[in-house]
Amino acid sequence: MTAIFKREMGAFFSSATAYVVMAVFFFFSGIFFNFYVFSQNTTSLTYVFSSMFYIIMFIIPVITMKSFAEEKKQKSDQALLTSPCSLTEIVLGKFLGAFVLFALCNLIFVIYAIVISFFAQPQWSVILCTLLGTLLLGGAMIAINIFISVLTESQVVAAVLGMGAGLLISMMAYFVSLVSVDWLSTALEKISFMNYYQNFTYGILSITDVVFFLSVTALFLFFTVRALEKRRWS
Amino acid sequence: MIEVKNLTKRYGDITALDDISFSVETGEVLGFLGPNGAGKSTTMNIITGYISSTSGTVTIDGSEILENPRETKQKIGYLPEIPPLYPDMTVRKYLEFMFELKKVKLPKKEHIDEVMRLVRIDGQAGRLIKHLSKGYRQRVGFAQALLGNPPVLILDEPTVGLDPKQIIEIRKLIRSLGKKHTVIFSSHVLSEISATCDRVIVISGGRLVADSKTDELSRKMQDVQKLSLTIEGNPSEILGEIKKIPGVRKYMKVRELSEKAAVYAVEYSNDTDIRREVFNAMARISSPILEMKSGNESLEELFLRLTTGKGGE
Repeated sequence: MTAIFKREMGAFFSSATAYVVMAVFFFFSGIFFNFYVFSQNTTSLTYVFSSMFYIIMFIIPVITMKSFAEEKKQKSDQALLTSPCSLTEIVLGKFLGAFVLFALCNLIFVIYAIVISFFAQPQWSVILCTLLGTLLLGGAMIAINIFISVLTESQVVAAVLGMGAGLLISMMAYFVSLVSVDWLSTALEKISFMNYYQNFTYGILSITDVVFFLSVTALFLFFTVRALEKRRWS
Repeated sequence: MIEVKNLTKRYGDITALDDISFSVETGEVLGFLGPNGAGKSTTMNIITGYISSTSGTVTIDGSEILENPRETKQKIGYLPEIPPLYPDMTVRKYLEFMFELKKVKLPKKEHIDEVMRLVRIDGQAGRLIKHLSKGYRQRVGFAQALLGNPPVLILDEPTVGLDPKQIIEIRKLIRSLGKKHTVIFSSHVLSEISATCDRVIVISGGRLVADSKTDELSRKMQDVQKLSLTIEGNPSEILGEIKKIPGVRKYMKVRELSEKAAVYAVEYSNDTDIRREVFNAMARISSPILEMKSGNESLEELFLRLTTGKGGE
């Protein structure tokens, strides 16, 4: 697992991927920070974080599109699958690699908080809570996108499908208001990521939200392992 | 060491492998021969656990890959048809990654250095894999398979894309590895198999069509042997003598080389060796033999015959 994790990190930072992803992430968070904090004269990062939701939806498919699609195309997955590592170890290694890159992106929020602290006392508890929420949301999205990547040989297909999934998840709240069937709209509301994420941005830490994101992550990592297993048998 | 039993692989309606069984002893170098698409790679992929068989089992050193994947996979070094390389890594970084991935317990730097020396890529350690030539990439793939000194080496067409000098080097390497490792190595080039392997298995259309010692293969598959002779002397006298030798079935003069010498072809049954009698007979009539060679079917002809379905005719 550590071998794969280290290779993933190496691949991100020896190519442009890590730098481009971080640059885009920092650029948009900087814009939002400027709009919502400096222009509004507030110490609250709530709106910055909730706006970042959409950026995260687009940036994560870029991080993960390579993970399994490229391996399959280059046939380097033969080395992974014939090594003494279990499929779970392989998937976890890939997941952790992408997750740590995403977490590094989020370090910028700590810097923003420090910037605020020069002018006023930031609400550290709210900021840390939101940061946790962002990491959990990112973890869930990474798991979903790794699963998408394992289904295809093409990075482009993986990225486009991942962004499509991200859009769908972002628009879930909108669908809820459109659907008139009661049980369906309730069900959609229950899987709307934004609902759970928003609580974090307000500084509300509830077990439900944490468990929701953790279970989505676990579920899709499990699907990924099964998809790898199935490929061997087909 | 390796025990393959009733291996069958189906993709939907297509049967890629049909009931293949064979075993390989420790220290044996086994050649896997067959035209493209015969099922060589499929068999190797199943042995190494990359894909699963529809039915049948593979046992390596007593442990089965499905029941005991971790220990079994650790015993195998695999070089697939396309070496599993990461173009964006340097040779050393890649080998370090594979070293960790394979959970090798040897001293890391020394072992990697040793393997790189063995396949002669020690001068390329700092280069990016994407900048390497095909021959070097193949060797990096080879190095990766050797990491951890696995007792079993599975090499899928390791000499494809190499120049003749490199091919000879790789063959030598396989030969020397065969002393310590059990090697299965596939190729569609016959001379390569006969130069490298103790034993050969021929696969065609997913079926095993021959399994024998390399030098026995051609003898086994024929009921007659041929001898081609160049003899000086009177043709009718020579043919008369040859006729008398027991076991001779057919004899004829093929062509005249000069006024005195001519080429003769003799066919004789498989269970005898008439070469001594021929020598003695020619000595009696004082007709010197200038050349004698067994005109057996070449491995190439045999291979074609086996894989076009007329085996054993």
